[in-house]
Amino acid sequence: MLHERRRHAVLRRGLLLVGTLLFLVPFYLLLRGAFSSEADLTSATWHWLPPTWEWGNLAAVFDNRTVPLGRALLNSTLIAVSQTVGVLVLSGMAGYGLARIPYRWSNVVFWLITVTLLIPAAVTFVPSFVLVSSLGWISTLRGLIVPGLFQALATFLFRQFFLSFPREIEEAAALDGLSWWGIFWRVVVPNSGGFAAAIGTITFIGSWNAFLWPLVIGRTPESWTVQVALSTYLTAQTSQVSLLFMAALVAILPLLLMFLLLQRWIVQGVERTGISD
Amino acid sequence: MLTRLRGRTNRDASLWFWVFVGPFFAGLVLFIYVPIGWSVYLSFFEAYNTVTPTEFVGLANYRDMLTDQAFRDSLLTFVVFAAFIVPTTFALSLLTALLVARTRVMQAFFRSVFFLPVACSYVVAALVWKMSIFSGMSSGAANALLGLAGVSPIPWLSITDPPWYWLVIVSARLWLQVGFYMILFLAALQRVPVTLYEAAAIDGAEGWQVFRHITWPQLLPASTAVLLLLLINAFQAFDEFYNILAGFSGYPPYARPPLVYLYYTALGSGQNFGDGSAGAVILTVLIAVVALAQTRLLRLGGRD
Repeated sequence: MLHERRRHAVLRRGLLLVGTLLFLVPFYLLLRGAFSSEADLTSATWHWLPPTWEWGNLAAVFDNRTVPLGRALLNSTLIAVSQTVGVLVLSGMAGYGLARIPYRWSNVVFWLITVTLLIPAAVTFVPSFVLVSSLGWISTLRGLIVPGLFQALATFLFRQFFLSFPREIEEAAALDGLSWWGIFWRVVVPNSGGFAAAIGTITFIGSWNAFLWPLVIGRTPESWTVQVALSTYLTAQTSQVSLLFMAALVAILPLLLMFLLLQRWIVQGVERTGISD
Repeated sequence: MLTRLRGRTNRDASLWFWVFVGPFFAGLVLFIYVPIGWSVYLSFFEAYNTVTPTEFVGLANYRDMLTDQAFRDSLLTFVVFAAFIVPTTFALSLLTALLVARTRVMQAFFRSVFFLPVACSYVVAALVWKMSIFSGMSSGAANALLGLAGVSPIPWLSITDPPWYWLVIVSARLWLQVGFYMILFLAALQRVPVTLYEAAAIDGAEGWQVFRHITWPQLLPASTAVLLLLLINAFQAFDEFYNILAGFSGYPPYARPPLVYLYYTALGSGQNFGDGSAGAVILTVLIAVVALAQTRLLRLGGRD
């Protein structure tokens, strides 16, 4: 029996190592491609590592006139930051109001919000496009940012979170004469950092990696996000492959850094969003 | 209750309710309810190249969509895709969760490795898959590996018989998604009471028996949730199909899941917003049915 248990442990460790290697292969290939010269990358003989490391690819990818990578990075940053802040403020406030403030139609409003969870955002891209184009927001930052600010799932999760917030603290604040506004911003918000970080990181990742909506709305190169810029040159197959890899590396670098620093919150965010969906 | 605040007038409270909920709710109405309403309206009209309805056509757009072979093909493509991606992602994420949960050495490291792809976008994954792993040239990683075994290069994406492109598309999504669902399974595993395992150990249960009779029943609610999330996400697949299959000469006529089909109908050269809206309405109804079935099943699964 002991022998068998040992064999199981070895099998488990073996599987884990094989899985780890397989999951890291795409990152390795991305790095290899980003620092290879075009000739080495397309040569028929396989090189495990670039025979010559092309550090110049990094500068070249920002110099390239046809791929406005700098502008795309700026757009993606503006969109992801403002959507993260916007979702936290709008859904945080709405979640608190729904959880705490007594109002006769509160349940109806809550129902109208949660029922939209049944309709995935991706399916509504045609109707949303119709609306945004009649507002004249095509190819503008407004058109890229504003429709993504109203996340029913985030509001739903904030409401659940605030329902479990200790009432005693809020009651003490009310006795001190604070209004709902004061209680929320001065007592509740400072004590909700962890939950906000979980929702915030997940929102940021979703926003940075979003593709369909930015593709539909960003019609001019000036309004491309990083993902749309990459995709345009990937599907057109015109630019150099090694530069494509370098651009992709630059595009995922901010998120990889975030992963290393904030993984704890991201994991919590995944747990919360996945379970309640 | 917040006694002091409750003492104030009702009107005061409803005012504060709208101060807190109003901005979000107004946005939700404007960007979800209004578009859907407009789209339902538009779906009864002719609307080429314009988002203002031109001529009332009744149910013609719906008839167009439902009799359109390409639309039905897109639903079939979704079924094939789901048949590939749902069981494989489910099995792999459960397996990695079990492996990571059982390991004592470098658990955080292994968890991070499987979770890391969640940071990548579909576009970046599509790039690596298309230009490196499954590049049709002999310099592609898969072909280089096959070359060692004397197999000549396979054009993974440019032939349809055998349909290798499914391997490319499914493996890309698998890599991106497994870590996400692994986290959900890990969280569920942590909620299994330790006493259950202790009781099983006392009864002499081993390995597979423990999984079959203790772990699996406890994972059932999470499993149901994961299955239906997988299904709904597969229904919305767009990014990897578009980025892997669209090329210099446009998107091939095959392998178009519903959103890709809708994208080319409404926003492609046709700009047929009437048909596009009808298609969106049909898909929304289909998804809502699946989602309602999901909540039903979840209730049956004993979740609250």
